[in-house]
Amino acid sequence: MSEERGVKDVAKDRLESVGIILNPEKRSGMFLQVDQSTAFASPLYEGVEVMSIRDALKKYEWVSDLMWSLVERKQDEYTREADSEDVNGYFIRAMPGAKIEMPVEACLYLKTLGHKQKVHNIIIAEEGSELNIISGCTSHPGVVSGMHIGISEFFVKKDAKVSFTMVHGWERDMEIRPRSTAKIDENGVFISNYVLLTPVKLVQMYPKAYLGKNAKAVFSSILLAHEGSVVDVGSYCALQGEKSSAEIISRSISTGGKVFARGQIVAEENDVKGHLECRGLMLSDEGEIHAVPELETKCSQVELSHEAAIGKIAEEQVFYLMCRGMTRDEATSTIVRGFMDVEIKGIPDSLRFAISKAVELAARDIL
Amino acid sequence: MLQVVNLKVRVEGKKVLNGVSFYLEQGNTYVLFGANGSGKSSLLNTIIGNPKYEVVGGRIIFNDVDITEMSPEERVKLGMGIAFQNPPEVDGVKLKELLEHCRGISGLDREEVEKYIEMLNMEELVERHVNKGFSGGEVKRAEVLQLLVLNPELVMLDEPDSGVDMENLSIMGRALRTLLERDKKKDERTKTSLIITHTGHILQYVDADYGMILHNGRIACIGNPEKILEDITEHGYEGCVDKCLKNVE
Repeated sequence: MSEERGVKDVAKDRLESVGIILNPEKRSGMFLQVDQSTAFASPLYEGVEVMSIRDALKKYEWVSDLMWSLVERKQDEYTREADSEDVNGYFIRAMPGAKIEMPVEACLYLKTLGHKQKVHNIIIAEEGSELNIISGCTSHPGVVSGMHIGISEFFVKKDAKVSFTMVHGWERDMEIRPRSTAKIDENGVFISNYVLLTPVKLVQMYPKAYLGKNAKAVFSSILLAHEGSVVDVGSYCALQGEKSSAEIISRSISTGGKVFARGQIVAEENDVKGHLECRGLMLSDEGEIHAVPELETKCSQVELSHEAAIGKIAEEQVFYLMCRGMTRDEATSTIVRGFMDVEIKGIPDSLRFAISKAVELAARDIL
Repeated sequence: MLQVVNLKVRVEGKKVLNGVSFYLEQGNTYVLFGANGSGKSSLLNTIIGNPKYEVVGGRIIFNDVDITEMSPEERVKLGMGIAFQNPPEVDGVKLKELLEHCRGISGLDREEVEKYIEMLNMEELVERHVNKGFSGGEVKRAEVLQLLVLNPELVMLDEPDSGVDMENLSIMGRALRTLLERDKKKDERTKTSLIITHTGHILQYVDADYGMILHNGRIACIGNPEKILEDITEHGYEGCVDKCLKNVE
């Protein structure tokens, strides 16, 4: 294990910008990892377990069976790299029937310039439980380059519900490669939100969800690609159980960077539903937005749809808001903020607040 | 209070106003008539400063200030307000957020805003995104509500009654009477308004002081609004303008 790290090593304002508030009264559990070390891991509520993956492997024999059971160990060079001795990460589990509305917060913090942070997370919502997680990933001021490889495997058991809100705040020269998969059992619900509004060199991820009977998955992403950033984010949902449904929503903005907003819904069973919505807003002539929605079915009784639209800010809207007394800049940032305001259902207000705060800050800085 | 002098306007290279001149006196309500395509909406858009409308000649003077080159926001802050015929939807922005912004400009207190929301029956609509999925009548009510909260000195209404059913029309009529201070005594009124109406329905609720006809890009006549509406109904726009011109001669 590398040297011990603690709260003293992190910049609180950086944590706040990604929704991490370090307030035990408003969280049902807290986890902080600095580079490869666990700074703290504390469950604060009955029915929730929060520990480092290293401790979880010691505590429960079966955890090693779960690791790499959903994400392919040899999927690519990044998963291979994460499959290492010094990997850390979090283990969060809601016990059967435990309904914990108050979120667990988990922060992965990059402290050392040039460090390659390797993380492997296991999230389990046991039967009939409810778990809300905010995962904030960010780096120390001045740590402009580095890499973050995060493997996450979600097990949403029968009748359970997980909402997972991930906010990223990186720097210009960082490369981010999360690899995650969720398995959602009968009647399970998985709501995944991803917010990236800061500059980054590259984010490339394609989280997957496999849905059982009557299960539901909703992926929402709010992406802002600054000049020099490449943001390649998509979601994949396989509807494997009858009456399962999936929704993939993305809002991308380019102020000069490149965005690939992908999404794929595959119907593998009859009587399933899927909808994909990709919207992009170009605020610069320099950037690029590619919307790549894909629908696929192997069955006849399915309902799959998608809508994709890319454009610039409508001058008519700017003029309209100016006629209500806004300056051109105020009108533009109001429209941008509105564009990013994805109505995310099924998450606690505190998480909604964390998202809208990040959006508010970004909309203000955009001009 | 508003003086428009020999205003010439082009939109996308096409001439839409060809030397419009008129003067609006404080406290009065003016109705602007004119055939389709006569430039009524262009005139209102130009007065509020829509950048699509290029002023190629003439001036607009508001309370002794030349506003011809000002941005819409500056004009609004000086006391102008407009309700559009077909305003755009603004996704992700709640009507109540926009009202809060308008309130910031006018300095109205919150209770007053609540009163107007109730008056226009908009308690639920203010929670929705601006104009998103609103019916025709709801759009018009939302426009009037914004103006009530903005509380401008000069009120411009572009077809407040088009596509509005009878029930909405009477709600709108009441709100417009408040907005334009029509229930106050004549010498106590401070609001000036310029209303475009195609159907004239709104005149059942708002008694206008003057009517004007915009014809061939210019103001052709000014007079009693009921008389003008009657002449238009009887003789058409051309006939009415001819009659007006004869009277002048």
